Formats: sequence, C-alpha cells, structure tokens
Amino acid sequence: MIPTSFDYVAPTSVDEALSVLAEAGDDAKVLAGGQSLLPILRMRLNAPEKVVDLGRIEALRGVRDGGDHIAIGAMTPYCDIVDDALVREHALLLAKAVETVADPQIRHRGTVGGALVHADPAGDVGAPVLALEATLVVVGPGGERTVAASEFFQDLFETSVGDGELLTEIRIPKHTGWGASYEKFVRVSHQWSIVAVAATVRLDGGSIAEARIGLTNMGSTPLRATAVEQALVGKGASDLAEACSAAAEGTNPPSDLNGDADYRRHLAGVLARRAVQKAMEG
Amino acid sequence: MTRITVSVDGVSCTDEVEPRMLLVHYLRETVGKVGTVIGCDTSNCGACTVHLDGRSVKSCNMLAVQADGHEVTTIEGLAKDGRLHPMQVAFHENHALQCGYCTPGMIMQAIDLVGQNPSPTEDEIRHGMEGNLCRCTGYHNIVKAVAAAAGAMSSERSDS
Repeated sequence: MIPTSFDYVAPTSVDEALSVLAEAGDDAKVLAGGQSLLPILRMRLNAPEKVVDLGRIEALRGVRDGGDHIAIGAMTPYCDIVDDALVREHALLLAKAVETVADPQIRHRGTVGGALVHADPAGDVGAPVLALEATLVVVGPGGERTVAASEFFQDLFETSVGDGELLTEIRIPKHTGWGASYEKFVRVSHQWSIVAVAATVRLDGGSIAEARIGLTNMGSTPLRATAVEQALVGKGASDLAEACSAAAEGTNPPSDLNGDADYRRHLAGVLARRAVQKAMEG
Repeated sequence: MTRITVSVDGVSCTDEVEPRMLLVHYLRETVGKVGTVIGCDTSNCGACTVHLDGRSVKSCNMLAVQADGHEVTTIEGLAKDGRLHPMQVAFHENHALQCGYCTPGMIMQAIDLVGQNPSPTEDEIRHGMEGNLCRCTGYHNIVKAVAAAAGAMSSERSDS
C-alpha cells in the first residue's frame, strides 16, 4: 500500500520546524529517519495532513563532548552511533544496543531521536537511555526544557514530547570505562525484541561497584530494574544468578504470540544474568 | 506536487512527484529502473535495497522527496562499460540465486557490506545480510558469492 496524501515540508532549522508545527497543529507528523513512520503511513495506521521532515536540519546530527556528558543530536542515525568513538568510550551500552537494531539498511536511516519519540516498548534505544540516566532536550514554542529519561516515557508510544515540540538532543552522563552488554532475545534475525536486557557495570577489583539495568518490552515503557542494580553491588562474576533472578519483579509484561507474560518474566531473569556477565567482561 | 532532483545511476533526474510517493515507486515508475523490485509491504525483505549516497537503504521505506538532492545507485547502475560488477559476477559464478527475485537487493546490500568490511568472515556476511530475505536458496551460495566477491574486489584494488 501507499500512504494517504499529505503536504510535505522539510525545514532546515529547528526554529523553522517549530513554526511549521505550530501552524499545522495536531494534523502534522514529524518524520525523522522514517523507519517506523513509513511502514505506519503505508499501512495507513496514521494519515497526517502534513509531514514535517527533519532530515534537512544538519544541526540535529552528530555526537559531541559536553564535558560531564556526551550530547547526541536527535537525528543522528544508528550507524553513526555504533562506531562513534565518544559513544563507545562513555556510553558503550548505547552502542551495544543500537548495533542490534533491525538490519544494516534500517540502521543507515533510522535515528536515535526518532526511536525515542516513537517509544515502541519493543524498541532497543529506550532501555539503554533509561539505564544510562540520560537527560532529553525538548524544544517547543515556549523554549527549551530538559526531561529526565525516567520521566520521558509515559506509556505505549507516548512520551512527554507534546504536540508542537521536538526532541533535539540526548545527553548521556559519561559512564567512562563501564562494561556493557545488550542481551536481546529474538527467534529470527531483525525481529523486534521479545525481551532484551541492557546492562552496564563499573567494576572495582573483580566485583561490581555500580550497575545499571534497563529492560526492553517488559511493560508499556522501557523499565529500570533498580532492585537488581542494588543487589548486584559487591557481587563477583560467579555470584550473579540470585541478584538477577529479580529482574522481572514489579513488571507487567505483555502476552502475545511470541510468548506470554510468565515466559517474558523468566527470560528477563536469564537475560539479565547473561547481560551482567558479559558487561563484566568488558 | 513537489519538484525533486535526484541523481539516479549517475544521471540527474528532475521530476514533479507527490510527497507520498515511495522512493521505490519513483525509481520504477518514473525513472524506469525496474531492476529494483518490491518484495514485501513491510520493509522486511530487502529486495528493494538501493544505495543512497553510497549506503544501502530500503527504497520502500523512504519517500522520493527525501532523496531530493541525493545520489541513488540501483542494480542497473553497477555494470560499467558492459562489464558486470564483481559482486554480480560472483552471484552468477556461485549460483547464488534460484528464482532471482531477491538478487538485486542482495547484491546492493552485499556491496555495502564489503565496502564497510573488505574481508568479512562467514559470520559477518550472514549478519551483514540479515535485512535481505531469500526464500529459495537457503543462503549458502549467497554467502559463498559475497565471500568470493570480497576476494575479487580486494585483488582488483591491489592491481590498480
């Protein structure tokens, strides 16, 4: 199928994009990399009057060093994140998660900001961004505001980015030297995560000094497994199973054809242990 | 309608298109590049893979207007002076196809893969081709062809 008819506008600055959005009201849809939006438009699950393409706004691309954090432009494509030296040094978990997204062609077009605002709970960007305690920069008619990742995801496909607003930047506090792993369970390649666990750890000697754990597709938003994070402190590599078994505690995962909620709870514990183990290896 | 100018296989094309037109439809129906095929309606199969500014993309998952000002290479733009691209030769010699429907996308993705990683292992080839589905071959000869082409492309480079 092909999308329904729409007007198309491709602003070249954030200010221009905001004024286009203000004028269009809720009939506008923002196009980032389009790797989720295009299928939605083709299947006619959404029929916007106007599509506002951010692809010509150069200022929204790239990764820069912000001192105590790295700042990632919302329109930076996945493929540029995976090999970025700053990301690999200071936010390895994000690179590990992003390299599992879909397939190479999708990673050439899809963007981290687009994925975050789309907020599919089975998407792979939310959990690492949440676990790394990122701050998201949102601009709108009233200016710029920052939102903690823990406040950003509100529900299935819903974030705190309102109509007429844009996510412009993702600021990730430096986790320099932290080991990381993203364990994703799928049955066939380039499938959405049935469950995935994002884990990053700072070691002191052979044991864990600090741990951050994010869960993908264990509820309507990405989740943080704080009980596991606390239980892991002081643990060595051979001592992870008990702490990780609590990964699904307090979650309400979906049941679908790929697995019911109990199966997902079981997976979360297993994947958490594997993820932490690999994160401890580097 | 929106006016776009896209370089397709080295030829500049300027056309008025509806904003909702997919890049793959633009290539096939407006420019006539029917070598690029449509295999699915879900962005899964990769049959419509082309290069946009040298990187592989699924042309069913982009609007033609997004390609305005950019360079697109399709399967039809690979042969030079009547000589097939080494990846095309390798697919031919290794019998890397049966029905052939996935082949244009396979070849375009394989060229991107070898461009990024000139001597991929079998595992790296299988991962690098995960966005392209083949329902005939079981992939074995496709993987062989990509490895053979990687070897041929690197000896071509060292010869020149």
